[in-house]
Amino acid sequence: MPRGDPGYGVERREARLAWWMVSPALAAIVVVALFPLAWTVWESLHLHDLRMPWLGRPFIGLDNYLEAFGDPRFQAALGHTLLFAAVSVTVELALGTVLALAMNRAFTGRAVMRASVLVPWAMPTVVSGLLWKFMFDGDAGIANAALVKVGALNEPIVWFIRTDLAWVPVILADVWKTTPFVALLLLAGLQNIDRSLYEAARIDGASAWRQFRFVTLPLLRPAILVALIFRTLDAFRVFDLIYVMTGGGPGTSTEPIALYTFNSLLQYLRFGYGSALSVIVFVVTFALAMIYIRYLGSGITETRA
Amino acid sequence: MTGEVGERGRWAAIPVFGLILATAFPFYWAIASSLTPESQLFRAPRLVPRTLVLDHYRTLFVERDFWVPIRNSLVVAGTTTLFCVTVGALCAYALARLRFRGKVPLLGLILAVSMFPQISVVSPLYLLLRALHLINTYPGLILPYLTFAMPLTVWLLVGIFRQLPAELEEAAMVDGASRLRAFREVVIPLALPGLATTAILTFVYSWNEFLFALSFTLGPERQTVPVAIALLRGQYQVPWGQILAGSIVATVPVALLVLAFQRRIVQGLTAGAVKG
Repeated sequence: MPRGDPGYGVERREARLAWWMVSPALAAIVVVALFPLAWTVWESLHLHDLRMPWLGRPFIGLDNYLEAFGDPRFQAALGHTLLFAAVSVTVELALGTVLALAMNRAFTGRAVMRASVLVPWAMPTVVSGLLWKFMFDGDAGIANAALVKVGALNEPIVWFIRTDLAWVPVILADVWKTTPFVALLLLAGLQNIDRSLYEAARIDGASAWRQFRFVTLPLLRPAILVALIFRTLDAFRVFDLIYVMTGGGPGTSTEPIALYTFNSLLQYLRFGYGSALSVIVFVVTFALAMIYIRYLGSGITETRA
Repeated sequence: MTGEVGERGRWAAIPVFGLILATAFPFYWAIASSLTPESQLFRAPRLVPRTLVLDHYRTLFVERDFWVPIRNSLVVAGTTTLFCVTVGALCAYALARLRFRGKVPLLGLILAVSMFPQISVVSPLYLLLRALHLINTYPGLILPYLTFAMPLTVWLLVGIFRQLPAELEEAAMVDGASRLRAFREVVIPLALPGLATTAILTFVYSWNEFLFALSFTLGPERQTVPVAIALLRGQYQVPWGQILAGSIVATVPVALLVLAFQRRIVQGLTAGAVKG
């Protein structure tokens, strides 16, 4: 400590100032995030249907949760979310690793590279969803035209009316938008690896593959884990992309859990049931987030850099 | 970076070139299509369009009043950003530099709130805003936006303040300046680039937000840009030309902001490792 050992009064004054500085932001977080979250939990224990106001808001315990776990549409939505998360995150991590390794090489055109990483990340998800929907839309969309031209398809496919094929443009759009971001996180991890380790490995006669397998991969693990958790968190909450691309359709065959929750709340106006679904999404996300926070734990407690 | 371009660096050109091409093509296609007359839009697509027209942009702004969602987005994202950066800077400075009990749990809380799924607070926020008659108003969007923008700003700024050398403000305090004065006159000017980066990131997240804007607005008069684009409907068919024109208009401001500050944004993103 540069200022020597501070007296008790100084410490007290510093703590008081700190709480004074923290309080406006903390108040905002309590009012707009913590209090609503508690309200969601309370709401989920009640029957609250805005279409049937005469029923009031009676306490029904865990009935909403019991209903959710027996609700086929909820189970399907959970399945869609897991499918979407598993496929898109796997593809993004694999492609992101390759890209990060490539970007880490001394290479001209870093500015162009950074631009093509940042712009898809920065644009609204709604827009990237609509771009990919447009490319796959109708008989004469560019995707169909290209696939027919190279001979991959005999005739154009109407992608969005097939319960299985509708996922293809959705996952492509997600991969397109977020792989660059994954690559960026992994690139930061790569740049932290001490280069002398590679020299040592080379002197020992390690091949490029063995260098990757025994130096790069183990040291990149933390960055891969962070990217993995971030992407899984995001994929689990997917809403914008599917809302604009398929609307959950055809039928409800691409409806993820966040969209089903949204529909229960604002379309069917079932606030009690919708809140129970919200709590379930929250619990799952929170569990994932806790893993992440534990992982970064050392960084949080470190008070001075 | 070492300068070993040589043969070991050459294979790297392929994925990077692929990335640039894969990123650029959908943009090119959207821009080209937004300038293509409606009648040609769904006839056998041509990589290089034959005729370019501004019809879709004209319809969008003249008939559809696309100025309104742009104004709404600017007001909502701008106010959210200003408020969060001001209030968040105070909070972040205390968390980065001052010693007090409860700091570590507070940091954990802020990080946890930054990972809240938005959908988990839609129902109470809707009921709350309805009770306060704030549905379909600017405050009715700005307040919900604080749920993600405030923790994001605080978290990024804590990282930025920690990176600044403590000696300068300590010297100012030895010279008799109070903690707050040192903060205002020494720390803030030093942290300006970091504050700007944080403001840009907060603005981008607010500009792009969709779920709250969809849930808490009722009509075109308060819809933000992403909602307005997503809900564009034609009489008989999907008005793709206008949707693409709107998409370009929605992307240009954030793309320019991010590109202008790209180096710093990349640092901010990877250091704070904020959500994608």
